[in-house]
Amino acid sequence: MSTICDCYDKNGFSYCTIDEVLQKYSYDGNSIIPILQEIQENLGYVPKDSIEYIGGKLSVPPARIYGVVTFYTQFRLKPRGKHSVMLCVGTACHVGGAEKISDCITEELSIEGGETTDDGLVTFEKVACIGCCSLAPVAIVDGETYAKLTPDKTRKIISKIKNSK
Amino acid sequence: MEKKITVRVGLSTCGIAAGGNKTYEKFGEMIFERGLSVHLEKTGCIGLCYHEPMVDILTDDGSIYTYGAVTEDKVASLIDDHIIGGRVISDLLINEDKSKVTARQVRISLRNCGLIDPDSIEDYVNADGYKALQKILNDMTPDKVIDEITASGLRGRGGAGFPTGFKWRATRQSPGSIKYVVCNADEGDPGAFMDRSIVEGDPHSVVEGMLIAGYAIGAQEGHIYIRAEYPLAILRMQKALDDAKKHKFLGENILDSGFCFNLKIKKGAGAFVCGEETALIASLEGKRGMPLLKPPFPAQKGLWQKPTSINNVETFSIVPWIIREGAKKFASFGTAKSTGTKVFALAGKVNKGGLVEVPMGMSLRDIIFDIGGGIQGGKKFKGVQLGGPSGGCLPENLLDTPVDYDSLVQKGAMMGSGGMIVMDETTCMVDMARFFLNFTKDESCGKCIHCRLGTKRMLETLVLITEGKATAEDLALLEEIASNVKEGSLCGLGQTAPNPVLTTLRYFRHEYEEHIFDKKCRAKVCKSLLIFTINEKCIGCGACIKRCPVNAITGERRKLHVIDLEKCVKCGNCIEACKFDAILVE
Repeated sequence: MSTICDCYDKNGFSYCTIDEVLQKYSYDGNSIIPILQEIQENLGYVPKDSIEYIGGKLSVPPARIYGVVTFYTQFRLKPRGKHSVMLCVGTACHVGGAEKISDCITEELSIEGGETTDDGLVTFEKVACIGCCSLAPVAIVDGETYAKLTPDKTRKIISKIKNSK
Repeated sequence: MEKKITVRVGLSTCGIAAGGNKTYEKFGEMIFERGLSVHLEKTGCIGLCYHEPMVDILTDDGSIYTYGAVTEDKVASLIDDHIIGGRVISDLLINEDKSKVTARQVRISLRNCGLIDPDSIEDYVNADGYKALQKILNDMTPDKVIDEITASGLRGRGGAGFPTGFKWRATRQSPGSIKYVVCNADEGDPGAFMDRSIVEGDPHSVVEGMLIAGYAIGAQEGHIYIRAEYPLAILRMQKALDDAKKHKFLGENILDSGFCFNLKIKKGAGAFVCGEETALIASLEGKRGMPLLKPPFPAQKGLWQKPTSINNVETFSIVPWIIREGAKKFASFGTAKSTGTKVFALAGKVNKGGLVEVPMGMSLRDIIFDIGGGIQGGKKFKGVQLGGPSGGCLPENLLDTPVDYDSLVQKGAMMGSGGMIVMDETTCMVDMARFFLNFTKDESCGKCIHCRLGTKRMLETLVLITEGKATAEDLALLEEIASNVKEGSLCGLGQTAPNPVLTTLRYFRHEYEEHIFDKKCRAKVCKSLLIFTINEKCIGCGACIKRCPVNAITGERRKLHVIDLEKCVKCGNCIEACKFDAILVE
């Protein structure tokens, strides 16, 4: 799907991928959310520049699409880093000290939750409850779950990512 | 040696997080290597999350040996000692604890969770699955189904506790031939995971519940709205739908009865407000999930303006049981106005965190101390947050409150979806209120001014309090805004957002006052109010100096070190670094 085709635009994403998804949903303006979900699945994000294009194809005002993209936390307008650090900040993790872990990650990576490092290496996200409350505080790093985190454990995990460049 | 043995590994999100997948794979490898005739299967969550990864060994004499904390490296000894050698490994065996924790539970919604393979429709059918569907298609009219559900007293398990039978009847009686059933699996409460566990552990029970609802209200189509953050639940639900279709439980002319019903999964895109019915509908229609004024209720005008019944995962999973076992049996559990059982996600500073299903009306004390095993590390209980960000925090002297819809509301909390977070003396109540307000502020859709601005102002005030910068007037302001937000919001999110503040003010007012007047945080959570010093236990090892990110600690080797309070950012690194308990926090 992500092969570089003729339409590969200077912004770094392929309109063909978007077309394929739109076609799959028969250009149905009522399926904006699943369409955007699938575009994001394929491209890793919803390029801001693609919104007008999608709107045109669906005969939906771009403002409505932009509205949907910015309303739901799932959608990203920027590409993600190579590695992902997802810290749970749900209630149980908060009670278990997630804030300390968050501070520690920020200290190590110099980015806040929701940001990506300048070199595009790591995206740090805070999510509300991934449902492993008895393992709190929890983070999911590149798909792997790390339980009962301490700042020390966290620092080790982060330095492992940093060194994996 | 050629006995029939089954090994069952708990592979719910919590089990996988604890390493369950590796355990499962290791079992597979070793069973193959050793050439054993052992049947290996996976199952959902049994609810004892603190023991994960868990493994059951079932022998042909019907005994079940449950082992806890079976990480990959323990698999070999389980196979060699127990399965081949026949010796039980008592260190890992948790049978006794399991029966202790489950003794007072009544598992209706969770009846199959942790017992069957969620990916196997045969397992579900063998556990009396789809019998309720057959029963209604053969012997019951839609009205009779609704009568039965009404008689059971079942109330919506998603939070508000609206009678399910009433909702179904209203949807049935609304004019029109096209109607919808929607399952709300957008479990947004941070700290609740019952719905996820049910979908991951027993997806067919939800499918069957939705089929029964569809038959009762006269719908041909249903949608399951699942959080995108629950990928495993989505996967297992999709498999369940595909299998149900193959077995003619779903689709056209179900079981040759003429009844047609189709189900689709819609992935939620992450918005807490979409737990609200009208917002959920907007989201299903591809719009921003913003609530609408009711009436018209979804039962009158819901999805695509058609009559729609929206129920929660847990509610649907209970429905087949009621049809099969009878309304009377269901109503025999619980209290007069809150019948049946409720699943709670017990977490926080409790010893045995996990999922529990108990009859309504059990006291908080029994759930937390008897089933949950009390507070971690022998610390003192302080409060319990019920119902997530919409709920309230109850103190120790209310521990004997029976857990049912009405008693909780009376005390200022609410059932909510069933999150139960236990807090001890190291939790600051003002900080907790700030935490929840921060969440609701972020999740407010912005439609109603009181909610949009009110939650923000309340949060700002709470931050001032935690920083020790607030005055007595701020406290009064906080109370005033709280009541205004409650009054001036359209949907449940705004109407309940002030609850955590109001209940902590009601039951833990002294903590607020300590922050404001004494500039003290008794739980030592609010950083701005803490002072870090080094006491005479310091041997001058320099470990803290190395770890301090702002070079605030100075001192010669083997001499008492000192923290420069001006520079100190109170990160707590020095506490971690110090092996001699020499860092004092006040």
